[in-house]
Amino acid sequence: MTYEIVFVAAGVLAIGSALGVVLSSNPFHSALSLILNLAALATFYLLLSADFLAAAQVIVYAGAVMIMFLFVTAYLGGHAAEPVVDRPLWQTAAALVAAGAVVAELVFALASAGYHRAPAVAAGFGSAQDVGAGFLSRYLLAFEATSILLLVAAVGGVVLGTRRPAPRAVGEEGAFERPWQPVPPSVQSDVMDVETRFPVTPLEGAPEPEVKA
Amino acid sequence: MHVGVQWFVGVSAVLFGIGLFGVFTRRSPLVLLLSIEIMLNSCNLALIAFARELGQTSGQIFALVVMAVAASEVVVGLGLVVALARRRVDLDVDSLTVLRD
Repeated sequence: MTYEIVFVAAGVLAIGSALGVVLSSNPFHSALSLILNLAALATFYLLLSADFLAAAQVIVYAGAVMIMFLFVTAYLGGHAAEPVVDRPLWQTAAALVAAGAVVAELVFALASAGYHRAPAVAAGFGSAQDVGAGFLSRYLLAFEATSILLLVAAVGGVVLGTRRPAPRAVGEEGAFERPWQPVPPSVQSDVMDVETRFPVTPLEGAPEPEVKA
Repeated sequence: MHVGVQWFVGVSAVLFGIGLFGVFTRRSPLVLLLSIEIMLNSCNLALIAFARELGQTSGQIFALVVMAVAASEVVVGLGLVVALARRRVDLDVDSLTVLRD
């Protein structure tokens, strides 16, 4: 009986908080609602005897991802607020119909599948040991691919977050205000090919660079 | 009432629909990312429910991979949002059409 009560409570919380994410006009409130949603999902994982996944959900999402979300929302401040537009009603209605159609299709497809009562599972099902053993034996390739993906994402985040001067349009005030610095010929010969499209002006007395045919 | 695996899958389908509605209707890229998170998490719920139904851990391993993908997506997405805000671009996905035009 406790199982059913927990399921209904978590289900109401999950769907309500998801609606809060989508319908709230303040991005900060949306992010806070998503934290509730993730907590409800962690409860579901526990009910489905996925203990390690529940812990990972709380640590990875509520601990790391959502904190970053809240930081960025706070950093953007009022800039993050939704732009006010008078959206035609038919667009919202069309979105509702399309999303409802997808849900109906999913429910229809999933209901027609034959469910037998979930088999009793061993005591260690879903433990860190169980998941880790699978990850490091049968799904080793997925594990390595995931690590590479995380590395690439970290590098991408650093590249995107680096502060650079904003590009200016040609003719705009301040465009190309930095004078072109000639590159010393010693570096030119090593790094820059003569076919480069930059206007390379060798220093006085330097040997003429060889032009490739 | 016995709460079988199909109920979990049903909840995940509803959550997916809510996330899809958010992606359709919202304009702020931040809320769009949050809606995508809802959709990814609903898929995770379905994966874990089926892992329980079949009594195999494979679904949970797959869900863990999806979690890593979602984290990477958030890193890159938030980096893009911050870069847009720094350039004083409007945070409105309907006006970000430079690549299309």
